[in-house]
Amino acid sequence: MNTSVMTDRPGLKEASDIFQQRISRVEHRIVICAGTGCVAGGALAVRDAFVRELTALGLEVATNLHADGALDSDKPISVYLSKSGCQGFCQMGPLVTLEPEGILYTRVTPEDVPEIVDVSLVKKSVVERLLYRHPQTGEQCKGKDTIPFYQRQERRVLKECGMLDPGDLYEYINHGGYEAARRALCDISDADICNEILQSGLRGRGGGGFPTGRKWDLTRIQPGDQKYVICNGDEGDPGAFMDRSVMEGNPHAVIEGMVIAAKAIGAQEGYIYVRMEYPLAIRRLQEAMDQAREFGALGENIFNSGFSFELHIMEGAGAFVCGEETALIASIEGKRGMPMPKPPFPAQSGLWGKPTLINNVETLASVPLILRYGPEQFRAQGTEKSPGTKTFALTGHVANTGLIEVPFGATLREIVYEIGGGVTDNAGNVTDRPFKAVQIGGPSGGCLVAEHLDLPLDFDSLGSVGAMVGSGGLVVMNDQTCMISVARFFMQFARNESCGKCVLCREGTRQMLALLDDIIAGEGTLETLEILEQTAEAVKIGSLCGLGKTAPNPVLSTLRYFRKEYEAHVIDKHCPAGVCPALCTPVIIDELCTGCGLCKRKCPVEAISGERKEVHHIDQEKCIKCGVCLESCRFDAIVQGAAQ
Amino acid sequence: MNTNTTDTVKQTLFVDGRELPINGERNVLEMARKAGIDIPTFCYHSELSVYGACRLCLVEIEGRGIQASCSVAPEPGMRLRTNTKKVRDIRKISIELLLANHDMTCPTCSRSATCRLRELAERMGIDKVRYKPIERKAPLDHSSLALVRDPNKCVLCGDCVRACHELQGVGAIDFAFRGADSAVLPAFNQDLAEVECVNCGLCASVCPTGALTPRPEMEEVWADLDNPNKIVVAQMAPAVRVGLGEYFGMEPGSITTGQAVAALKAIGFDKVYDTSFAADMTVLEEGEEFLDRFKNQGVLPLFTSCCPAWVKYAEQYHHELLPHLSSCKSPQQMFGAVARKVLPKVMDMKGKELVVVSVMPCTAKKYEAKQEKFIHDGVPEVNHVITTAELGLMLRQCGLQLADLEPAAFDKHISFKTGAGVLFGVTGGVTEAVLRYAVEQVQGKPLEDVDFREVRGEKGLREATVTVDGIELRLAIVNGLAQAAAVIESIKNGTCAYHLVEVMACPGGCVAGAGQPHTFNPAARQMRTRAIYDNDKMLDYQKSQDNPELIKCYADHFDGVGGHTAHETLHTEYTHRKRLHEIDIALQEGESKGTLPIQVCVGTNCFLNGSQDLLKKLMHHVDQQGLTDQVSITATFCMENCGKSPNVRVGATHLEACTFEAACRSLEEQLGSKAL
Repeated sequence: MNTSVMTDRPGLKEASDIFQQRISRVEHRIVICAGTGCVAGGALAVRDAFVRELTALGLEVATNLHADGALDSDKPISVYLSKSGCQGFCQMGPLVTLEPEGILYTRVTPEDVPEIVDVSLVKKSVVERLLYRHPQTGEQCKGKDTIPFYQRQERRVLKECGMLDPGDLYEYINHGGYEAARRALCDISDADICNEILQSGLRGRGGGGFPTGRKWDLTRIQPGDQKYVICNGDEGDPGAFMDRSVMEGNPHAVIEGMVIAAKAIGAQEGYIYVRMEYPLAIRRLQEAMDQAREFGALGENIFNSGFSFELHIMEGAGAFVCGEETALIASIEGKRGMPMPKPPFPAQSGLWGKPTLINNVETLASVPLILRYGPEQFRAQGTEKSPGTKTFALTGHVANTGLIEVPFGATLREIVYEIGGGVTDNAGNVTDRPFKAVQIGGPSGGCLVAEHLDLPLDFDSLGSVGAMVGSGGLVVMNDQTCMISVARFFMQFARNESCGKCVLCREGTRQMLALLDDIIAGEGTLETLEILEQTAEAVKIGSLCGLGKTAPNPVLSTLRYFRKEYEAHVIDKHCPAGVCPALCTPVIIDELCTGCGLCKRKCPVEAISGERKEVHHIDQEKCIKCGVCLESCRFDAIVQGAAQ
Repeated sequence: MNTNTTDTVKQTLFVDGRELPINGERNVLEMARKAGIDIPTFCYHSELSVYGACRLCLVEIEGRGIQASCSVAPEPGMRLRTNTKKVRDIRKISIELLLANHDMTCPTCSRSATCRLRELAERMGIDKVRYKPIERKAPLDHSSLALVRDPNKCVLCGDCVRACHELQGVGAIDFAFRGADSAVLPAFNQDLAEVECVNCGLCASVCPTGALTPRPEMEEVWADLDNPNKIVVAQMAPAVRVGLGEYFGMEPGSITTGQAVAALKAIGFDKVYDTSFAADMTVLEEGEEFLDRFKNQGVLPLFTSCCPAWVKYAEQYHHELLPHLSSCKSPQQMFGAVARKVLPKVMDMKGKELVVVSVMPCTAKKYEAKQEKFIHDGVPEVNHVITTAELGLMLRQCGLQLADLEPAAFDKHISFKTGAGVLFGVTGGVTEAVLRYAVEQVQGKPLEDVDFREVRGEKGLREATVTVDGIELRLAIVNGLAQAAAVIESIKNGTCAYHLVEVMACPGGCVAGAGQPHTFNPAARQMRTRAIYDNDKMLDYQKSQDNPELIKCYADHFDGVGGHTAHETLHTEYTHRKRLHEIDIALQEGESKGTLPIQVCVGTNCFLNGSQDLLKKLMHHVDQQGLTDQVSITATFCMENCGKSPNVRVGATHLEACTFEAACRSLEEQLGSKAL
């Protein structure tokens, strides 16, 4: 490579200065969340509306700080309209933040834009109706620092996600980006890098929780010139989108983490494996890679250190099992995505049979922070054995859903009641509906119940109660949830996503699903439960890979904490939550029935009889347990009763 | 990972409390089996890669919990237990799960007696399947001439997939779909006959159930045996005599030549002959061909052509190497051709039709016999091919026990064989037989020591050099088609040093063919091989050229080895099979007779270079010009001229880098000249 070209490139300091100089000219910055959730909600139309509105007012608007020409002057920029990655509060999107005022507007539509411009930019006031309102108190929150959803979080990995423009390398550098990579490449030894990661106590965020530093060092000491680094971005859990958000919102952090990892283990080539269903993540990563390469932070002779590292994006076809590392490697090699027995581990023989380091997105995005701020600061958060923070995708029966980050050791109570804003009913309103359980870790995880509300969430304590951090899905469930139906949902997912290679997983998930179906259909017996439990144990112990070994967890943990509910299904033929239609026998409470006749009219099979103003009666022989009468009764006179 | 240190300290581990030395075993499963503990498996084969899918070989390892023993390398001091309650419970559940998803029509399954699933279910003491049976109703694939595929009996162990890919380098079948929908299929669920299956049947050999089985031809044979207007003769391949006994519970490698002949006679064959006679004939023909090429700088190396699976492999993948293949027919086809030529002259046919039946250790022979080129005026050289196992079954149908039969002799004229002819049953055998002829020819004096031990062995690719009068003959012996890749590569890059290359598709050669009785005994192949070498020793002659009946046959019916008659009867040609099918898509067909064909290539390269648009424009043009009646337009598969795409043929004219204008010009010219 031509060295004169190299010297033409700005260094990290220059890049940071350039950004400082340009941003200092900005009078107002409007940050529009351009995560997938907000984009789906119309964030791009909002952005266009801002451009139109501001231009019409004759204001100087910039959408790219580094565009050629005009911006190189010292002229002030009235408004800098920038995009950010996912800010986590997807439920409230599209989100628009005004800086320096620190105002956060929620659920913004293009129609709101003229008002925002007029009130906030011209009149320097606040559009109150677009502020976040506390669901219980009704209190208005002006900015993130006053919204409980954000207040209670500890955003580290996600911090830059919601602030920076993912397409602006200089802004990332201005935030300290790539300094860790430069240090790793130029100042310290490979062993030192591994050691710092080991010191930090960072554990794999993909589910297993293996100490990252140990994994790196194992790969580092393998003989061979050819090694690979793979970023596992095949986030497949239903409802989980932490990795997607990081790749979309802070792609440079992932790239920087990979450069550092490559240097540590001695790899010259790497792959980011992203599922095809994440087109925005792929585009943002590709753009970031191009920028990094041009800047000299990726490719040949990075930071003039003599170290070279090339990176490719591999688009996966969306099979859940490809998140399993050996299946992922097979997929990159162009083979069918099926796991292989371990050993050999990827660290010994991975991609193309070479030593390979494979880490999850969040793990790699944590790496620059450790090298930037030191292992001690990383350890300052979290618990002794699970240091740092963890992102979760919070969803289900809670007021606030979205992407959150908390230190390890935070309790479920904090997450559900403070960040999540409390348990809701099925309609989404915070009522006095009791908390029943959370499903943590998606289809591989287990459930936690009320007795675990104060359990510190970390790798080890979760493992001890039969759950796992997994990739970080958190589904909150109220008491109207049937746990057998929940187990069935995840089992169906596992059955569909099993690669079909090993007998226990392929046939076991299929049969467990059939057994759960039997229970839900009212055809289960105590023997059904026994077979279900035995099969689940066998699949858990005997399966080939992590998918199979964890697939029975939803069944086993619901059996552990909700056996009575299972027994009600098979012995009493009754679904206590009133969810399973075949086990919901409607019964009319005589005292409450007014004889209005509504249920009689609604019943599709004419199973209800009774004279007007007289107590009605349900013919259980005719009843098909559809539940229409329950929904229709305005006097709560029809309830789920146990089967006769 | 386990590394074999040369330390004198003996390394050991403990299996169920017994201390066992570690001697370079790949995994603890092999160690346990060596110790006599038959840990059950479906997907473990010592010759295939470790797959870890059946989960039956689970064992409990101290400190490591339950592990699949196939995937754990032996480590000194390791303590494993193979039959704990946990292990037994999981094994039982695995079998139960498989049974729930199995088409349990066992009494009518040809693998009923040799089914691994049935055997393990019994061994595990499964008396009830507690899961819901899954109905499987996939259609059977009867398309192949060699094999039958019954997807409903597949347990998805992947043995066939790996055998086809790893040992044969073919990969005609693979996994499709995911999870519970997984299936082993030929590409795009085509019929087996439509894909590049070479019919070797290795898949059926390794299949633990009845999902892949040799295509039976017994009924056709019975029908001919029962037909009073037919004279039915049998030929028996060398490997059959060392395999048939196993079907009746004898030790592998029991030599049962005489009983087999008696058996064939007993079930109604008019005459029984030995394919080894034709093998001797092959030695002379191929030996001459080799010496001719060797002396006259002909195309070398010469590949043997006895194995029909290998021939199809070469025809499919390496058609440019076809001139290297010996033009000799295989012994089976040579026998058929000779029988049709000789038998009507030497026996009283009483005006009846001659039917030739082969008994072969092989499934590919079924396919070979039905090739067009071996059928003359509607009469096939060989009518039916049954496997060793099918012969065994036919005998059992008749209530015959092989051991009880008084040995009988082959019929004369085309049966007498030498040891060389029998050697065709093992890998390296053809080479050794040819050497016994060629070396004697080159040195011009009788060969004293007929054993060429350097060509014997088990390795997939073996090399040997034989020096005669200062002349080096360099040989390679391949068994397992995947092993042929290195030799083929060396020919293509011009570094090949061999003169003669023997290729047999089945590892071990014909003795381990897919038509042999099914066995789970890993030593069976070696025992059968040993029997072939013993049989060679037992015979009067060891060199094909010494075969008196063969000499007489040549004298009476041919004009010498390699002569004109021999060429007509005993040699063949090969077909370029790179394309399995030429399916052109007719897009527009003219109605009048003698329409002008226009073919547009829509292969990948031409497509990328705009052939699709060209095709559309041409069709539009033809339509506009009112020529629809005079031309027919087809889209074709790759014309193999990708460098100059798009390719179009108008009539007999091939247009490279064709433009719309060029095609129109050619069209006008040709239609114009036709009009004149």
